[in-house]
Amino acid sequence: MISISQVSKHYGSFQVLTECSTAVKKGDVVVVCGPSGSGKSTLIKCVNGLEPFQQGEIVVNGISVGDPKTDLPKLRSHVGMVFQNFELFPHMTIADNLSIAQVKVLGRKPGEARERGMKLLDRVGLVAQAEKYPGQLSGGQQQRVAIARALSMDPICMLFDEPTSALDPEMVNEVLDVMVELAQEGMTMMCVTHEMGFARKVANRVIFMDLGRIVEDATKEDFFGKPHSERAQQFLSKILQH
Amino acid sequence: MYEFDWTSIPGALPFLWQGMQVSLEITFVAVIFGIVWGTLLAIMRLSSFTVLSWFAAGYVNLFRAVPLVMVLLWFFLIVPHLLESLLGFPRGSDMRLGSAIAGFALFEAAYYSEIIRAGIQSVSKGQMAAASALGMRYGQVMRLVVLPQAFRNMVPLLLTQGIILFQDTSLVYVSALADFFGAAYKVGDRDGRLVEMLLFAGAVYFVICFAASQLVRHYQKKLRTA
Repeated sequence: MISISQVSKHYGSFQVLTECSTAVKKGDVVVVCGPSGSGKSTLIKCVNGLEPFQQGEIVVNGISVGDPKTDLPKLRSHVGMVFQNFELFPHMTIADNLSIAQVKVLGRKPGEARERGMKLLDRVGLVAQAEKYPGQLSGGQQQRVAIARALSMDPICMLFDEPTSALDPEMVNEVLDVMVELAQEGMTMMCVTHEMGFARKVANRVIFMDLGRIVEDATKEDFFGKPHSERAQQFLSKILQH
Repeated sequence: MYEFDWTSIPGALPFLWQGMQVSLEITFVAVIFGIVWGTLLAIMRLSSFTVLSWFAAGYVNLFRAVPLVMVLLWFFLIVPHLLESLLGFPRGSDMRLGSAIAGFALFEAAYYSEIIRAGIQSVSKGQMAAASALGMRYGQVMRLVVLPQAFRNMVPLLLTQGIILFQDTSLVYVSALADFFGAAYKVGDRDGRLVEMLLFAGAVYFVICFAASQLVRHYQKKLRTA
């Protein structure tokens, strides 16, 4: 579904990604973790072309992301993405947030888009908030709406960029619950997160990044059981201490 | 001691009102064209096409570095001749109002584009990323997501610039066009009561602009609490 091969990226002389390679198969849930500044968010943003890269190739569903001839908006329209800061559109109601791209990008009729939006809103337990504006919702609620908005486009896979790290601790679980459910339904997911509980529960594979390189790319059992690299061992011992 | 004599004002009111209509017409049309053209300039300036962004930067810097009254004079003196020779307009047709509006619109667009550019940049990059990630094309991202938020934040500044523009319309006196100020000047000159007429005109400008800026302030407060 997603194949990343030998991807390198630099800002001027600063190397952000160095020869990253991995693959995500249909139905896989891959968790990407690592210390801040390790390039994990940059890597996931390269997958739908939000960040350009200079070397290597990323192929999503048979389409090369780096190819200048690729119609990126079209590719992105069926790759869902959820951001750290939710990024709901603050000048639109929740219902409009859910339907705007369906209407403007997919060409669905407004009534049909609204219905689909409501169904997804119900799924994340927020139908009652449909006519409110994003600013009136809590962070956890906003992120659930953001997930519903991405799902409204009927994506073939979902990218999550630290979806819970801007949330108050008591709201993390309501968002993770939605993500776990999604994973169990077989959605292909690539997820940058520090939530190791989530990784243990639903991930097939865990990728560990440091200084722009993929240091460890292992099954969940191997990663938590016996990580190869010293850097990953240190990282795990630090975040699992408490 | 100078004796004030206000008696020529009531009779002159219809003529002054005609002048006020000219002032308002120039203001409204120039504000609307200024905002539309200013938005395009701001988008060009922020675009990654070097030619477009250089053009916009050059345009803005040129118009911000010359006095408004000079731009207006260029338009009065040069543009009618150009239109006559290029488009075959009849010689001597009165294009003063059109020239004034065009001059103001093109001049103000430079100022509006800087306000709008700041407004666009005030919308977080994440909003653009989120809209793009949903598959929207650049035009849709701007039209549906970035500009509505930018304009909401910019409304007070745009209105304030509109008030300044309204005051500046008095500069059309260089073409002897009878806007409100020009009309007041003509009446005062005719009746030998220039001091009174100019005091009256000043009071009218003050009341309109002060009231308008109070409205802007009120709106600004509402925006902040919303």
